[in-house]
Amino acid sequence: MATLKELSNKEVLVSPGHRACAGCGFPVIIKQALLAADNPVVVGCATGCMEVCTTIYPYTAWKVPFIHNAFENSAATVSGVEAAYQSLKRQGKIDKKIDFIAFGGDGGTYDIGFQSLSGAMERGHDMLYICYDNQAYMNTGIQRSSATPRGANTTTSPAGSESYGKKQYRKDLTEVMVAHGIPYVAQSSPAMWNDLVSKVNKGLAVEGPAFMAVIQPCVLGWKYPSDQTIELARLAVDTCFWPLYEVVNGEYKLTYKPKEKKPLVDFLRKQDRFRHLFKPENEHILVELQEEVDRKWAVLLAKCGEQA
Amino acid sequence: MSIRVAKTGNEAVAEGMRQINPDVVAAYPITPQTEIVQIFSSFVANGKVDTEFVTVESEHSAMSATVGAASAGARAMTATSANGLALMWEIVYIAASMRLPIVMPVVNRALSGPLNIHCDHSDTMGARDSGWIQIFSEDAQEAYDNLLQAVRIAENKKVLLPVMVTMDGFIISHAMEVMHLLEDEKVKQWVGEYVPENPLLDVDNPVTVGPLDLYDWNMEHKRQQAKPVILEVARDYAKLSGREYGLFEEYMLDDAEIAIVVLGSTAGTAKEVVKALRADGVKAGLLKLRVFRPFPACEIARALQGKKAVAVMDRSDSFNAVSGPVFAEVRSAMYGMENAPAIVDYIYGIGGRDVTMDHIKSVYDDLAKIVKTGQVEKNLTYLAIRE
Repeated sequence: MATLKELSNKEVLVSPGHRACAGCGFPVIIKQALLAADNPVVVGCATGCMEVCTTIYPYTAWKVPFIHNAFENSAATVSGVEAAYQSLKRQGKIDKKIDFIAFGGDGGTYDIGFQSLSGAMERGHDMLYICYDNQAYMNTGIQRSSATPRGANTTTSPAGSESYGKKQYRKDLTEVMVAHGIPYVAQSSPAMWNDLVSKVNKGLAVEGPAFMAVIQPCVLGWKYPSDQTIELARLAVDTCFWPLYEVVNGEYKLTYKPKEKKPLVDFLRKQDRFRHLFKPENEHILVELQEEVDRKWAVLLAKCGEQA
Repeated sequence: MSIRVAKTGNEAVAEGMRQINPDVVAAYPITPQTEIVQIFSSFVANGKVDTEFVTVESEHSAMSATVGAASAGARAMTATSANGLALMWEIVYIAASMRLPIVMPVVNRALSGPLNIHCDHSDTMGARDSGWIQIFSEDAQEAYDNLLQAVRIAENKKVLLPVMVTMDGFIISHAMEVMHLLEDEKVKQWVGEYVPENPLLDVDNPVTVGPLDLYDWNMEHKRQQAKPVILEVARDYAKLSGREYGLFEEYMLDDAEIAIVVLGSTAGTAKEVVKALRADGVKAGLLKLRVFRPFPACEIARALQGKKAVAVMDRSDSFNAVSGPVFAEVRSAMYGMENAPAIVDYIYGIGGRDVTMDHIKSVYDDLAKIVKTGQVEKNLTYLAIRE
């Protein structure tokens, strides 16, 4: 694992001249992920905020080879790039070691790109898929996805007189990816740069497919001041709403255990997408949300062989 | 000079793919294309090709992975039919807009619904405005020949566009016929070493592929265009194989008074009818369209100018109450031209409905009647349909 000093001497492979919102989380994720690569890397990306903000023709923010194809096929596209690499390497037409990263937002990963992702992972392509999970379709204007948490107010699960926001709990995609039996699966957060960098490094190093879900606070969608992004990415972890763990060849390992598990409301209260939950009539939802976090945390601790 | 074999259309195309030896094939099985994928995977399993074969989970991913592989710098292919092409739809357009020289055999099948696995042209006709070059084949020999030419057309630096090579489902894909394959070494030399432009895997010269392209540039990027190259490749191929191709084939058309315009396997049936009519002294002719995209409008107009009556045979409908898609193109090409013939459309063979010599003969009879009376009674006829 490189030190912060060593990382700060590496070239940053995404330029600051992109068009993401002030305080957006994904540029931090791209920067940390690309710093983690030891080999040249080719990046693919689904349609979404990351792609449209970094590639408006005739400009590009990427200093590495980059391909955007469409919304639901980041994994399939990069599987084709990786297949080309394997073929040309076998034929002796290329000798460099090259790594492959596919990015997708939660909409392009949990929902419309789910089949493409599952297929690529099952086929065993040597690539790392990183989902930057901002928990809704932010690029089209904050519509709910299957990654949106229960109770969140979005433009297609609005809170109203008869609704407390989204009814369903999040799809636990990380566990679904574990079930694919691939060599490396992890969850991370840009608030913990060392955790994220070391996981990307491991994900690229393994032979075969790797998957990471990285939480990405979104200023517009979560509705908070733009200087709070890293703070929220940290609170998600410290409340155990977004635990940091990795599964290496099926072995679970907790990579960060909060010294003090903070109450979920510390995370929710800072975001206006949950503001309606703090009305008296919705208080029972807050209780249920905390119970669900506690239940899942206990299950994860048991899988990781950790004491509560 | 060449190898005489008995092959189905699917077998011939799979052999052609083996000889091309693409770096990557990403494909998904669908009737009637399935055999191509099966035969090709046996070539991979037995080390007959260097191809990385990606067994994708859908046609959408087949085209997506093919786009990824081609962008990476590989010679990449896929193959499909009907609903598979429809599922690829979104990425079919993207492949063309990225100027990727992908070659894709499409085994023509009726696009659902209702569900039907047999031949018509509704699948590829729907993709006619996607920016792909479309080449139709009359038989297995032509499917094979067109496939080999498609690689050179697609990869020509003046073109750099994907090419669909079609053959009629079952009628060609599953029917065995005597044909000629070229020797492996000859095909290897014909297709040559592929040199990609700006590949992703050239990591020292990073490029961004597929950026957001808004109103300030999109229109210029969409207006880009291959006809001279198609003819140039055909001339070279004639030297290699002895078989000549153009944008279309004119069969006894020169002095014809009545003629039909047709695509695919029906041309073979129609040629027999023309022969019989000629024996009876009727001046019948035929124009078999090979390259549908880019559409050879001026060339067709010139070839049909001065005929008295022309029928266009459409194996798909466009529900505009006037005609199928081929007719619309042909008549539009001839509009305002001096000595333009009377021109009528026949929609036929939908969902694999058999088309016989008698059916084709009835079309020529209709044309003869138009010439005799000077009257067009019906612009659009559904051939051999229950009313």
